Amino acid sequence: MGLRRKKARTLLTLLSVAMAFALFGLLDAVRVAFTAPQNLAGIDRLVVSSRFSIIQPLPLAHLARMRAVPGVRRIAWANWFGGIYQDPKNFFPTIAVSPQPFLEVHPEIVLPAAERQAFVTTRTGAIVGAALAQRFGWRPGDRIPLQATIFPNKDGSIVWTLELVGIFHAAQPELRGMEQQLFFNYAYFDEAREFGQGTVGWYIVQVDDPAQVDRVAQAIDRLFANSSDETKSQSERDFQLSFAKQIGDIGLIVTAIMGAVFFALILLTGNTMAQAIRDRTPELAVLKTIGFTRPLILSIVLAESMLLLMLGGAAGLALARLSLPVLNAASGGQFDLPMMPRTWWTGLGLALVIGLAVGLPPALRAMRLRIVDALSGR
Amino acid sequence: MSALIEIRGVSKAYTRGRQRIEVLHRIDLDIERGDFLALMGPSGSGKTTLLNMIAGIDTPSAGSVTVGGRRIDTLSATELARWRAAHVGFIFQFYNLLPMLTAQKNVELPLLLTRLDAAQRRRNARIALELVGLGDRVGHRPGELSGGQQQRVAIARAIVSDPTLLVCDEPTGDLDRQSAEEVLALLQRLNREHGKTMIMVTHDPRAAEYARRILHLDKGSLVEAGAPA
Ligand SMILES: Nc1ncnc2c1ncn2[C@@H]1O[C@H](COP(=O)(O)OP(=O)(O)O)[C@@H](O)[C@H]1O
Ligand SMILES: [Mg+2]
Repeated sequence: MGLRRKKARTLLTLLSVAMAFALFGLLDAVRVAFTAPQNLAGIDRLVVSSRFSIIQPLPLAHLARMRAVPGVRRIAWANWFGGIYQDPKNFFPTIAVSPQPFLEVHPEIVLPAAERQAFVTTRTGAIVGAALAQRFGWRPGDRIPLQATIFPNKDGSIVWTLELVGIFHAAQPELRGMEQQLFFNYAYFDEAREFGQGTVGWYIVQVDDPAQVDRVAQAIDRLFANSSDETKSQSERDFQLSFAKQIGDIGLIVTAIMGAVFFALILLTGNTMAQAIRDRTPELAVLKTIGFTRPLILSIVLAESMLLLMLGGAAGLALARLSLPVLNAASGGQFDLPMMPRTWWTGLGLALVIGLAVGLPPALRAMRLRIVDALSGR
Repeated sequence: MSALIEIRGVSKAYTRGRQRIEVLHRIDLDIERGDFLALMGPSGSGKTTLLNMIAGIDTPSAGSVTVGGRRIDTLSATELARWRAAHVGFIFQFYNLLPMLTAQKNVELPLLLTRLDAAQRRRNARIALELVGLGDRVGHRPGELSGGQQQRVAIARAIVSDPTLLVCDEPTGDLDRQSAEEVLALLQRLNREHGKTMIMVTHDPRAAEYARRILHLDKGSLVEAGAPA
C-alpha cells in the first residue's frame, strides 16, 4: 500500500529494476553461449590430429591400429571441407564425417531415426543444424550446392552438390552453437575428391571411461611415435577448457558489468524503500499501536521490498527473453543466444536477495520504531 | 472487588543529557469497569504520557499498571502488542487512518490480527461502521470524508475487535463544534449503551462534560475534581 502511494516514484523504480534485470538476462545469455564448452558433452572424447599441424592429414589406416588400444570404444573421423554456399559472406563450417560413428560418438546431436538412417545410407547425404536450416530456409530433400575452396571434384568441377537428408538439434540449449554446422558423408568426399584419398583431418575417439582419456591419449600417441604420421591426442575437454580460458574474460566482463549495474540498483531501490518507509512512519506507528507485533512489521516492509524487486526482476527477465530472438535475428544467425532456465532462477534469486538486502534496513528501522515518539512526530 | 485498571506509584522521567525531567510523579489511580474518565490539564501536564501507560504503548519508570488483573508494565514488546490488540481501542486527535485504504478496510485492520476469516472481518467492520452512522460510506477513502466522519471511522476501527477499554487522546481537538459534539455523543453512547470503559484526554471542559468522572493533571500530579455538574 505504501508503494502505491507515490505512484510515479514506484513506477520509475520498477522500470529501473526491470532494465537492470533485462540487461542481466541478455548478458547471462552471452555468458552461457561463450562458456558452453564447459558442458559435460564430450568428456569421454579425444581429438586425434597430426602432431605437426591440424591441416596435416592423417592416414585412414591409423583407424585399425587405434581400435586395438585398450579403453577405446568407438572412433569417428572427419575432414574440414571449407565449402561456400552462394556467397563467402554466408560462412558456416562444412565438414565431411563418417556418418554412423560420428553420430554415435556425438550423442548431443539429435536426429530423428529415419533421417539418421538416410544420412548413413545416402552417398551424397548431408545434415545441417536447425539454426542453419532456418537461416537458409532448407528442408530435407533440398539440394545444396557447395563451392569447394580446397577440394575440387574429380570430375573437374568445383561445385559439390549435396542432398539434405536431415536436420539435427542440439540436445541441450547451451550447445545450440553447433546447430550452425553442415556435416556430409566422408565416403562421398573421399571418393570424389581429386587428391588426398585415404586421409582424414582428425579422428574423434570415444573412450570407455572418461577418467581414462589421458591414459588412452598417451597410448595412441605412443603407438605412432617416430612414424611418418605422428599424432597429437587431446581430450576434447582439454581442448574446450583452453578455448574457454581464451574467452574466460567474457565471464569476467559480464560479472563486472552486472556488478556495477546491481550496485547502482541497490543504491536506487534502497533509497526508494527508505523514502517510502520514512513517508509512512505515522502509518506504521498506527499499525504497531493497534497491536501489529515487531516481527509482523518487519515482514510487511520486507515483503514490500521483495515484491518490488521480484516484479521488476520478472518483467526485466521476460523482456530479455522476448528480445533475444530479435537480437539473434538481427545478427543474421551469427548468434544464437539461448535463455537458460538457470538464467531465470539466478535472476529471480538475485531479485529476492537484493529485495531482502534493500528492505532490511528500513524494515529494521520500522520494527524498532518507538510508538510514542512516532505518534507525536518526534 | 478490584478496579479494572489499577495504577500504583507510577512515575515517568525523561533524561535529556544530564538533566532528568519527571513528567509523572507517583500517580495512584483506579478506573472501574464501565467508567468514562476525562483526563484534563494544561498542555504538557503529562496527560498523554499517563494515557499511553494505561494503553500499553509506553512503560513507567517506576510503579505498576494492572489491567484486568494483569501487570502490563512488565510485558515484553511482543506481549504488549498482543495485549493491545486484544484489549485496547485507540482514538487519536488526527484520526490516523491509512490514507490508501477505504473506510471499510481501515476498520478491518485490527481484525487482521484475529482468527476471523475475510467474510467475518468484512461483516464485523460493516457492523462497526453502521454503529458509528457511516454505513453509507464504507467505500470512501479518508481523503473523501470530513474530519468528523474520519474520526467516526477511527472510532469504528477502535471498537471493531470489542476491546476492554477505549483510549482517546484529544478526540475532538481537530474538529469543529458540531462534529465534536457528534463524536462525543457517540463516545458517550458507546459507554452508556455498550458498557465500554473509556479514558479520554482533553483540555476542553465542554468535552469533559460527556464523561462520568473528571480528573485533573497538573505538572505530573493528579487532582480529583469530582463528577461534572
Ligand atoms: N520522549 C520524550 N522525551 C522528553 N520529553 C518528553 C517526551 N515525551 C513527553 N515529554 C515531555 O513530557 C511532558 C508531558 O508530555 P505529554 O504527556 O505529552 O503532555 P500533555 O499530553 O499533557 O500535553 C511534556 O513536557 C513533554 O515535553
Ligand atoms: Mg497530549
